[in-house]
Amino acid sequence: MAKKKFVVGCFDDEAVLFPAVKKVRTSGYKIHDVYTPFAVHGLDHALGMRETSLHTAGFIYGITGTTTALSCISWIFTLDWPLNIGGKPHFALPAWVPIIFELTVLFAAVGMVLTFCYLCQLAPFVKKHHFHARATDDLFVMVIECTDKTNVDDLKAFLSSNGAVETDVQVAEEGWWLGRYDKDEMMFENKEIVAA
Amino acid sequence: MASIKTQFEIPGKMKTWSYALIGVGLVALIAGLVIKGFSADEHEQTQFWGTLMYNTIFWTLVCNASMFFICVTTMAMGGWQQSFRRIPEAISTMVPIFGAITFAVLIYVVVGHKHHIYHWLDSEAVANDPILKGKAGFLNPVFFIIWTTLTIGLWSLLGWRMRQLSSEADEAPMDAEKGASFIWRNTIRAALFVVWFALTVGSTIPWLWMMSIDAHWYSTMYSWYTFASSFVSGMSLIALWVIYLKNKGYLELTSQEHLHDIGKFMFAFSIFWTYLWFSQYMLIWYANIPEETVYFKHRVQGPYKGIFFLNLIINFLCPLLILMKRSAKRNYTLITFMAVLIIFGHWIDFYQMVMGSLSKEHVTLGWFDFGILSLFVGMMILGVGKALTKKPLVPKYHPFLKESVIHQV
Repeated sequence: MAKKKFVVGCFDDEAVLFPAVKKVRTSGYKIHDVYTPFAVHGLDHALGMRETSLHTAGFIYGITGTTTALSCISWIFTLDWPLNIGGKPHFALPAWVPIIFELTVLFAAVGMVLTFCYLCQLAPFVKKHHFHARATDDLFVMVIECTDKTNVDDLKAFLSSNGAVETDVQVAEEGWWLGRYDKDEMMFENKEIVAA
Repeated sequence: MASIKTQFEIPGKMKTWSYALIGVGLVALIAGLVIKGFSADEHEQTQFWGTLMYNTIFWTLVCNASMFFICVTTMAMGGWQQSFRRIPEAISTMVPIFGAITFAVLIYVVVGHKHHIYHWLDSEAVANDPILKGKAGFLNPVFFIIWTTLTIGLWSLLGWRMRQLSSEADEAPMDAEKGASFIWRNTIRAALFVVWFALTVGSTIPWLWMMSIDAHWYSTMYSWYTFASSFVSGMSLIALWVIYLKNKGYLELTSQEHLHDIGKFMFAFSIFWTYLWFSQYMLIWYANIPEETVYFKHRVQGPYKGIFFLNLIINFLCPLLILMKRSAKRNYTLITFMAVLIIFGHWIDFYQMVMGSLSKEHVTLGWFDFGILSLFVGMMILGVGKALTKKPLVPKYHPFLKESVIHQV
């Protein structure tokens, strides 16, 4: 459990956030992440994140489903327990296509959901630090990772000059840990609410 | 927007090519008329009229799919298509022309009593056939002529009204009130077209024009199958024209983002086509009732076997595997290749749907089919090119244009 120091800047407008992200990145700061209340189009691109490989995983899961269904059903109906159904050939491919299709979808869907949860570290009792409660409401929260050389006051001033409505320094756990919500601090009781 | 080229001029090369294609097509048509059309052999005559039928029907439906695309995107309050909407509009101007040719061919077949094509024209056979007697209310010359006239007439009329309204977006800037009224009138006209489209392409017309060749056989899937075939080819045709105009330096507001969405349509409707293909095939295969399997007998096990499965490879496996990746749908070269492949694949599909029923023993695909295809491709290139010159390529005062410019996938 490595704790790190972060500088947090809150923005209340997408149009301000994008140039700020660009400026912060070109100034050489390392953005840990940007938390937004909704999916913001093009933000991943602006942050320079690589293309997700979730769809490649999905394709592989789908192919796995196809081969599983095809090999299982053809083994059962031609080798293990051949049945004469309505005089159809044992290898009755058209009749299997719906099942093959469904298994492809099932494998792809379930596999992708689980992979997505793994990539986002989402699971029951897995907890992560919340940098700002209003990231789930109406603020875009930019979190910048500090190094030994980072001048925190300069960085805060820099964020403010780029349109941050609120800045703040936090020392927080960067990964996840196991816990329970009712034993942690109450996020909704959060003290100060700064007017936007 | 002053720097954007919105006035299309037909390049000399395009004119030469389209006249050459039309020339080849006309030679084939005349040769076909002499060799096959006037032949004493019934098979040759049937092949002549059947070839004209599937080509005219295919190209009319494909061009009409463009107007359907405009209307459904209008009704869905779509903004992304505005920067290139003049292209489907131009393609849909071919509907009255191809529609008139289709009309002439079909009416000649019906009035000329070509009962080798439409078996239900033979009144003696119908009188002794309980199945055909039961269908006589639908399959009779009077209904055929009235419904065909109405269909082609209303496609042309409702499409024309839609295009006419679109010209208002060239005239003057619209304020909020005027824009809202413009969108509302667009929605109404689009809805009228879509309703008529559903009553024709979505249900009756493929039954009447093509399925009734096998007068005893029926499939409720047939019309949707035909619709899917024509719509995916229509989207491919739009993609080809968009790419062509991009290459010529027009359509600066249209980008990879728009191409990506057109590519998605091509991909999705290829899958949809396969879904209908399979739904039709599987139920008939499973039930295995002779009066239903008669349609597939010579297609799956007879001389049409090769074309039938080639069809499935071109129209399903290729789009599925090639167009699946995001980068493929954003690649101009790959989309061009796939669009040509898909249009050709569905042309072959129409070939086997019509000729597979008319000439059950032999596959007759040959010089005449490709000649007529070249005639229609030539007419399409020339007609759409001319239609494109008549209006600015960008509806610059359309209320949704900005949405299209900033479109991102």
